[in-house]
Amino acid sequence: MRLNRTNWLSTCFLIAGSIFLLFPLYMTFMLAIKNNQEIANGVLAFPKVFRWENFSIAAEKIDYWQKFRNSALITVLTVTFTLFTNSFVAYAIKKNFDHKFFKGLYFYFVSAMFVPFPIIMLPVVKLTSKFGLDNLYGLIVLYIVYGLSFNVLLYVGYLKSLPQELDEAARVDGATVWQTFWKIVFPLLAPINATVAIITTVWAWNDFLLPLIMLDQESQATLPLAQFIFQSKFGQDTNLAFASYLMAMAPMLIVYMLAQKWIISGVTRGAVK
Amino acid sequence: MGSYMFMVLPASILFLIFHTIPALMGIFYSFTDWNGLRPTYNIIGFTNYFNVFKDMDILNAYLFTFKFAIVTTIIVNIISLSIALALNSNVKFKNFFKGLYFMPYILSMLIVAYIFNYFFANFWIDIMGYLGIEKWMVNPLGNEKGSWLAIVFVTVWQSAAFNTVLYLAGLQTIPEDLYEASALDGANKWKEFWGITFPMIAPFFTINMVLSLKGFLQVFDQVLALTGGGPFGVTRSIALLIYKDGFSGNEFAFQSANAVIYFVVIVAISFIQLRYLQKREMNL
Repeated sequence: MRLNRTNWLSTCFLIAGSIFLLFPLYMTFMLAIKNNQEIANGVLAFPKVFRWENFSIAAEKIDYWQKFRNSALITVLTVTFTLFTNSFVAYAIKKNFDHKFFKGLYFYFVSAMFVPFPIIMLPVVKLTSKFGLDNLYGLIVLYIVYGLSFNVLLYVGYLKSLPQELDEAARVDGATVWQTFWKIVFPLLAPINATVAIITTVWAWNDFLLPLIMLDQESQATLPLAQFIFQSKFGQDTNLAFASYLMAMAPMLIVYMLAQKWIISGVTRGAVK
Repeated sequence: MGSYMFMVLPASILFLIFHTIPALMGIFYSFTDWNGLRPTYNIIGFTNYFNVFKDMDILNAYLFTFKFAIVTTIIVNIISLSIALALNSNVKFKNFFKGLYFMPYILSMLIVAYIFNYFFANFWIDIMGYLGIEKWMVNPLGNEKGSWLAIVFVTVWQSAAFNTVLYLAGLQTIPEDLYEASALDGANKWKEFWGITFPMIAPFFTINMVLSLKGFLQVFDQVLALTGGGPFGVTRSIALLIYKDGFSGNEFAFQSANAVIYFVVIVAISFIQLRYLQKREMNL
């Protein structure tokens, strides 16, 4: 009975909340497509003329395509290497969990989740600049390494839920550990790989603090860092700033609209493990 | 064993170099008088630590950060649990709402905060005027009393999405027949929530509380984008203070000591919280 009737109270609550969630995005769009005269006349009204050129002007000012390339490069390389390395680290730990060293390693990685970033922040800048890694590539290395903590937790949890005989059989047939991993185990990890990929993508694309401290050349800036730089340079051009915000969020919003269901279930899977 | 060793060694060494060693370096620098630039420094023992406790900026930053993190954790959990309960009931356009309510998770906190920065400067006064709340007819970001609440507001807007998904996952693990049994016993909605729903999602409540508090204690992006720590420094968070003064204020070693204390505080709170909440789970 309780299953069939529409719960109108909840529906109304959710509709009210939707307005709350959509309003800032609507405001952003309206600010991004007007000139300052029309903004002064009313922020929320539709403009007489849609000034699409705001996007190209803002793109030129922050050098959008360069920043987009930086963000995309960081995200793609980080996610790819994270999937292909963090997974076998976790596999080795899971397979040898009765071995002191591997078990210790597990707790080492997982407990590092509780270390707040500010304690690492000052020294890591010194360290990476000494290695010549205070650039995009150093940033990618840090994302892959720092992701280990959470990803090992996810992968080991998922590996525990898989039947144990599958890779044993391959081993008996004479496959090496690496062959077994790539041919048998890695394909079985597809669902949790999806989860790790989504979480890592959102993190690497949106992160601000790490690029802020690591990158000192503006040409290497990521999209969020570019917004920060924009504020200090052209803070007065409201419409251009909002065009720039929208362009920085657009790639993720588009991916989200296309793969929404998949993304939510991916994150849920990671969370429940 | 050899192959397994080879699987973990490179990653462990990199983790050691880029995570553990910087953390240890931070602890080491906290006992020196290094400014971060000079070629030399002296070891000065616990002096920085004593001074941290005497520094009003740091004490105020702790006060703000705790006030912010506790209030935000409570509000985020109430709101995300309410949304999850609503999404889990029989509502119209369920998939549309699920998609919409999770959307803030994929947006950058920094950009969300910039958008709300404009909102507070331009719409807030109008809305408060319309509602007739004259006391609040000022831009909260420029107001000593209101600025921290504005940061709470934006943080809730952006971060409730993730907790909602966790609660929703928890709610979906509750078997339907429990509710049928309680309906037969004549329990009302309120009793049903406290008697069945809440105890059944206790582990999800624990993880949400711990993750939220730990995350919000590290607040940074939204403070930088909304107030920059102002007005008059009342919204300087610990992370912001360590960043600003540590890199530019000649206080590298001093802020390292602050970071070490901050580290101890976060670990201690997370463990106490975990212990307490897990014990509560068992008693339910």
